Amino acid sequence: MSNELIDFVIVSVALLAIGIYGLSVKRNFIRMLFAVEIVINAANLNLVAFARFLPHSGGQTFALFSIAIAAAEVAVGLALIIVAYRMYKNIDVADFRSLKG
Amino acid sequence: MVDSLFLGIAVLTIVSAIAALEMRSLVYGGIALMGTLGGIAGFFILLDSPFVALFQIAVYVGSIAVLILFTIMLVKRELIFQKKEDTKRRYAGIGLMLIVMISLGAIVFNSGISSITTEEPAVDYREIGEDFLIYYWPALVAMALVLAGSVTGAMILARRHDEVEDEQRTD
Repeated sequence: MSNELIDFVIVSVALLAIGIYGLSVKRNFIRMLFAVEIVINAANLNLVAFARFLPHSGGQTFALFSIAIAAAEVAVGLALIIVAYRMYKNIDVADFRSLKG
Repeated sequence: MVDSLFLGIAVLTIVSAIAALEMRSLVYGGIALMGTLGGIAGFFILLDSPFVALFQIAVYVGSIAVLILFTIMLVKRELIFQKKEDTKRRYAGIGLMLIVMISLGAIVFNSGISSITTEEPAVDYREIGEDFLIYYWPALVAMALVLAGSVTGAMILARRHDEVEDEQRTD
């Protein structure tokens, strides 16, 4: 293989940092969901890269589990966005103050 | 040594991830996110994991991206283009991003994983199947239940409670 493990890990670190930036700066609910997706994909890339270089099938198996659970998370997240939009007529998380306990 | 294909996919993935967060329109942002997810699928193919790559394309690029685009289209037009951001918060976010990148990068470079290379063949599909059905079958069942529960929950959450319709039904 011409690429090394560290190349994939560096891309993964860059994606994780971009996702953290999105989560900390953006106030739009949908963009925050984009950032969460980017972070999850960075983690999946790490799992598959380590599974290839060690080599062990566990990484790929857990990546598949992670993709399936992320699909469930997005379905619930988007449903919450629709409900919040119906209640507040906005998708800005700063407006969802009454969700606090 | 990285090859040009890896470099191309890396640039596509990172640039479209930034575009997904920074583009003014949420619709274009969603399309850029599809680019990131597709780029990750490309990495999976480079890592000799075509099964995970196809799963990624089917689940993420196929269904999640379409779900996100439909949700964006259900939102009012002005909100799609609205971009309220605090400048201080933005700089703080960029600072946090750089700190995470530099600190994790330093840990990665000093960890010794740069010396890990492999000449061994890729993992077979059979091993993944064995993992799923022999070692992790309780987790597979739990995942199926979680998926079914979350989809049902999402449908119940998003259902419109129309009072007029309820009254008509009782009549």
